[in-house]
Amino acid sequence: MEQYALLIAATLNAGTVLSIAALGLLINERSGIVNLGAEGMMLCAAIAGFAAVVHTGNDWVGFGAGMLAGGVLAAIFGYLVIWLNTNQFATGLALTLFGAGFSAFAGVKYVQEKLPERSSFSIPGLSDIPLLGTALFKQHPMVYFAMALTAFIIWFLFKTRSGLVLRSIGESPEAAHSLGYPVRRIRLAAVVVGGMLCGLAGAYLSIIYTPLWVEGMVSGKGWIALALTTFATWRPLRVLFGAYLFGGVTMLQFHLQGQGVEIASQFLSMTPYIATIVVLALISRNPALIRINMPASIGKPFYPGS
Amino acid sequence: MSETTPLRLEVKSVSKRYPSVVANDDVNLLVAPGEIHAVLGENGAGKSTLMKIIYGAVKPDTGEVLFNGKPTHVRNPQEARALGISMVFQHFSLFETVTVAENIWLGLDKSFTLDAVRQKAAQKAKEYGLDVEVDRPVHSLSVGERQRVEIVRALLTDPKVLILDEPTSVLTPQAVRVLFVTLRKLAATGCSILYISHKLDEIRELCTNCTVLRGGKVTGHVDPRDESNASLSRLMIGAEPPKLQHREVNTGAVGMTVHGLSIRAEDQFGVTLDNIAFAVRAGEIVGVAGVSGNGQQELLAALSGESVRAPSGSIKLFGNDISRRNPRVRRAGGLHFVPEERLGRGAVPTMALAANTLLSRAADVVGKGALGWVSPKATASLAGVIIKDFNVKAGGPDAAAKSLSGGNLQKFIVGREIGAKPKVLIVAQPTWGVDVGAAAQIRGALLKLRDEGCALLVVSEELDELFEICDRMHVIAKGRLSPSVKTSEATVEKIGEWMSGLWQTPGVIAAAAQQATGAQHA
Repeated sequence: MEQYALLIAATLNAGTVLSIAALGLLINERSGIVNLGAEGMMLCAAIAGFAAVVHTGNDWVGFGAGMLAGGVLAAIFGYLVIWLNTNQFATGLALTLFGAGFSAFAGVKYVQEKLPERSSFSIPGLSDIPLLGTALFKQHPMVYFAMALTAFIIWFLFKTRSGLVLRSIGESPEAAHSLGYPVRRIRLAAVVVGGMLCGLAGAYLSIIYTPLWVEGMVSGKGWIALALTTFATWRPLRVLFGAYLFGGVTMLQFHLQGQGVEIASQFLSMTPYIATIVVLALISRNPALIRINMPASIGKPFYPGS
Repeated sequence: MSETTPLRLEVKSVSKRYPSVVANDDVNLLVAPGEIHAVLGENGAGKSTLMKIIYGAVKPDTGEVLFNGKPTHVRNPQEARALGISMVFQHFSLFETVTVAENIWLGLDKSFTLDAVRQKAAQKAKEYGLDVEVDRPVHSLSVGERQRVEIVRALLTDPKVLILDEPTSVLTPQAVRVLFVTLRKLAATGCSILYISHKLDEIRELCTNCTVLRGGKVTGHVDPRDESNASLSRLMIGAEPPKLQHREVNTGAVGMTVHGLSIRAEDQFGVTLDNIAFAVRAGEIVGVAGVSGNGQQELLAALSGESVRAPSGSIKLFGNDISRRNPRVRRAGGLHFVPEERLGRGAVPTMALAANTLLSRAADVVGKGALGWVSPKATASLAGVIIKDFNVKAGGPDAAAKSLSGGNLQKFIVGREIGAKPKVLIVAQPTWGVDVGAAAQIRGALLKLRDEGCALLVVSEELDELFEICDRMHVIAKGRLSPSVKTSEATVEKIGEWMSGLWQTPGVIAAAAQQATGAQHA
């Protein structure tokens, strides 16, 4: 039984990186902008956060550095696509390529660095509950932050006026502009928030999840986060569910590989990707709901005043 | 009202130049409080630019706007709304995925809660007799309902000036009546209304004052109640609209028959076609009236072959089943098609007119060999012939399709299809957004084609147009098609009723009657 509790704990931990990044991209995309630079932002944030912890010894400074890195890159991306109307997809790809190269360059001397002793966390009282405590209550605070963030984003998007404005801009920037909303500035804000959350996810990856720096260590998680937002049809709870599903299947297949199951490891390694996309595509296949939740202006340039 | 009451709105010698065109040239406009003032002009006469200047969306080069007697520089739509200037757009600025109340909320300032907005909207709607359900998502509303939402939203800002841009183009004749009652009520409270339109009858009925624009200049300032359609038309286009020759119908063989055409909508935003049946004979023009969004798109897609989901046997061209054949096969059988969207479906916007002939006339200009070389000479000469025959104003066969005005491009597309000598021609919205002169020419060309023995089906939202050119008319409502009625026996009232889906289906009278009374109660 203990091993299942540990599996659940590992799943929550693994899903956290993805869910924080994907929720950020969800905010970003609800405003109508796709940032394919997620992978690049996460890489830069990972090295920024790792380096900050190496020099200061404080994890929270590291998270801050990661968010800053992600935010700055997103702001540059936002300026290019929102004001200069460069192609969103090409600009995002450029950001990913830049992030991969720049993080490798900046991280050269951090490759052998070690972080100070990682402290373990537990919620007093609750963590002593047998099994349940191990499964749920011995996690890094960021794991709970991801859950709280999901609830916050649901409240923000569907219960506040600001969330309504954000969704409206994603649906029709022209109509929002004609009503007098500052479409470009709101979109930039959404893009920067998206970048900061991707940055936080990247920093969590290099500081807590696998506390070391290796070139290209994000290894496609940015792309999976992008896929998650789409396959979860831009709904926060489904994003969180998809992230945990991905984390869970990842952990499960590690477990199976460890047990020496008679399936080629390459196939096992594929399963998290396939399972996540198949499951999310199945639960989100109602075309009407997709159309309601999909930001209709996504990926399209917007020229105010034309 | 005393002499000293300042004018609500005064536009003083406003000019606005764009690189290729003078949109407004020394335009003056005077609007008194509580007046319903028409701004009449063709497409491209400068009406929209003038309204955008008043609404703050466009800055004039010279001239000024006075509001309540004071010079006002409205820099953006928010400032306009703060002053009490509201606008209902022709292309609605509603968000489809959120509810009516949330849409209204977005148009108001932040001081209200959503609940307060819901109550105020419901109350305002009731006060003006507008039927609006505040909790429905906008995508489930008909076009007329959406317009009511826009009007309620405008009313909630307590406007002093309300600008309506072509408000009746999406309404049934009965709904136009209701709108006029609302507008008169609003004007009686002191709100000035600027009513932009090109429909002469409506202006003469509703408005007490009228400023006419032509080519960016004011050509007249009249009381429309004292004018005739002919005199207004002279001000608007400089001439009376040409009269069409309409000869007796002389029908021949059946060209196209549609029977039991039912297609389920692909999603809740589409319309399900329900057992549609009609026939078009050679030598007649059959019209399909209806408010947009009632299945016209779906019907046209099934007829043109863009959608091949029609049940087999439901669409026949001269007796051959074409319901599942692609557009190329249909074209080879003599069925040609003029789509509603000129740019994007009727023509490729960025390509030359010569290249655009290939879209539907490839058979005439492409070599017969296995490779099918395209001859630039042949396409250019074909485009040249169309330009000449249909009097298209264009820079020549090399001009890009998007460089033409709506009317000229439509003439080109209609000319291209007519030049193919179709046996059956389907035309969607033949004169939508086309100026009066070009519209008359296009309608004339369609009538001539009819007299030459072509079977024509015209789908249009403009009732006047259908009454002018059609021999018989159907009405499409909620995916069902009415029986046909001879134009000579039809009245606007009857067609208007049918547009709401209220007609008797022969054979199932009882069921239809039940349905009709049900619909009336609803």
